[in-house]
Amino acid sequence: MTATISPLGRFARIKNRSLGALSRTSVGRAFSSWIGKIAGGFIILLVLTAIFAPWIAPFDYAAQDLMNGNQPPGWPHLLGTDEFGRDVLSRVIYGARTSLSVSATAIAISITAGMTLGAAAGYFGGLFERVVMTIVDLTWSFPDILIALIFVAIIGPGLTSTTFAIAIAYLAQFTRLTRAQIVRLKRETFIEATINLGAKPHHILFRHLLPNAIAPVIVVGMLAIGDGIVLEATLGFFGLGAQPPTPSWGAMMSSGTAQLFLSPWVIIFPGVVVAVTVIAVNLFGDELISALDIRERLRGS
Amino acid sequence: MLLRYTFQRLLMLIPVSISISIVIFMIVHLLPGDPIDNLLRIGSSPEDREALVARYGLDRSLFVQYFTWIGNLFQGDFGQAIVLRRPVIDLIGQNLPYSLVLGGLAFAFSSIVGMSLGIISSVVRNPIIDRLVRGFILLGSTVPGFWLALLLILFFAVNLRWFPVSGAGGWDSLVLPVLTIGFGGVALVARVTRVALMDARREDFVMLLHAKGLSHNTILFRHLMPHALLPVVTILALRIGWILGGAVTVEFVFGRPGLGSLLIRALGQRDYPVVQGCLLMLALAVMLGTLIGDIAQAAMDPRVREAKT
Repeated sequence: MTATISPLGRFARIKNRSLGALSRTSVGRAFSSWIGKIAGGFIILLVLTAIFAPWIAPFDYAAQDLMNGNQPPGWPHLLGTDEFGRDVLSRVIYGARTSLSVSATAIAISITAGMTLGAAAGYFGGLFERVVMTIVDLTWSFPDILIALIFVAIIGPGLTSTTFAIAIAYLAQFTRLTRAQIVRLKRETFIEATINLGAKPHHILFRHLLPNAIAPVIVVGMLAIGDGIVLEATLGFFGLGAQPPTPSWGAMMSSGTAQLFLSPWVIIFPGVVVAVTVIAVNLFGDELISALDIRERLRGS
Repeated sequence: MLLRYTFQRLLMLIPVSISISIVIFMIVHLLPGDPIDNLLRIGSSPEDREALVARYGLDRSLFVQYFTWIGNLFQGDFGQAIVLRRPVIDLIGQNLPYSLVLGGLAFAFSSIVGMSLGIISSVVRNPIIDRLVRGFILLGSTVPGFWLALLLILFFAVNLRWFPVSGAGGWDSLVLPVLTIGFGGVALVARVTRVALMDARREDFVMLLHAKGLSHNTILFRHLMPHALLPVVTILALRIGWILGGAVTVEFVFGRPGLGSLLIRALGQRDYPVVQGCLLMLALAVMLGTLIGDIAQAAMDPRVREAKT
């Protein structure tokens, strides 16, 4: 980073890491290692499964069959049935819809709000920055589950409040990261040059600072989707997320606890899917970080 | 110098505590529903209701309520639990020891095992061990805590019958909860130790030490460890709040008493004073954690205390 390159070369390098760097080339590079291939392939497969759930799931997720309750894995119920005789595999497949969409929406909200706050704090500085950062540091030091729990308690249980609770739980992370990027970029020569050329603040912020800050935020956001899935599952497990009969991985495990000794598969399979998904997201995110060469920038904040 | 830094750091706690107390007060008053509704019996008249509201001071302005609350806090009065009808301080006093024992053990477990794993994986140049540790780190930081708890119950309590399924009886009832909380902590500490050691090893002075002919062990324990300890201590101190708060899930699954289960129950019953008390205790733990972390960091690294004074 400290090596002196010609100003133009340095500019080109930074430019290359901007939004354009998230295009096919670097995502393609993330796919080049076998870990990236497996993890990325799994994520794509899962998203496709969630989208085409009605055609893939062998049974209706809500169809009860009380005569065949608590069936162990076998045929025709590959992963067994729950206490109401509902097919566990179908519910896990439909659950992917709930878990993925809730987590992705929440993180999208969180990134948007966090980038706005962080960019404003980093760019304007002063009292505004201090107030924002005090609040951010406060929430940052509390466990995400606690923040989410309190907010669900305020808004009431359900998928919408779960989404907002997750968004708020990770807001601090994106605000901090964006602010750190903006503060660092503000010192770069090309920004100084732009200011001297007479650019207006919004031009500098939206055309120069934010595009250059976005790549690390997007990658951290992708990693956070994994955390969001765990948080959604945990809230669902507390009975505060998806309400029955909507299938969600967390809610499935919540209703499964009562039958833990009788039919453990109701809990084991959704948990395995959550764990494998989050691991895949983490591994792929790690490959992306290497491909984009932003590890140093992430560590600094 | 260190004393001055500590003093400054303590001064900084004042604005932080004020903002925390306001945030906690506001959160609690944003909670929908009314604890009074839980107290009313069927057939109570509106007058009964008003009397209750007045008795708990809920009819006064938020401003007055806030300062009454703060004033009472300084006298050690956390208020009266509305639904459980007992002083909040008693409830906290009853539940806190369980959380402290659980948190303390989990903390010790994750620091000792985590640091050892981190050291092993960065010292032993064996790709298989390294891969195993890295796999464990990945698992520990991704597996949902409540699911791990359920699996442990299923395997060790139901199938093997080594430990009780739930409750807070003897020492054996602590093993599974500590393992559950510790699992994530071990992974985190191991990862930070590993990265810190790897980074420290690349420094120029390490090459000099090797050139001087010092043994690998001397370099590791006398020169590398102090370097690597810095981020580890920071993470561990931050972890204090996380362990107390993260115990919410574990206390719930194992049916243990504690601050977390008290908070969950109070949130459900909208018992404002209890929620306030629990959040305050957790905030206090988090603040103490960061304070200890910062001071330890300043004690070990002159650069930190120079930078801030």
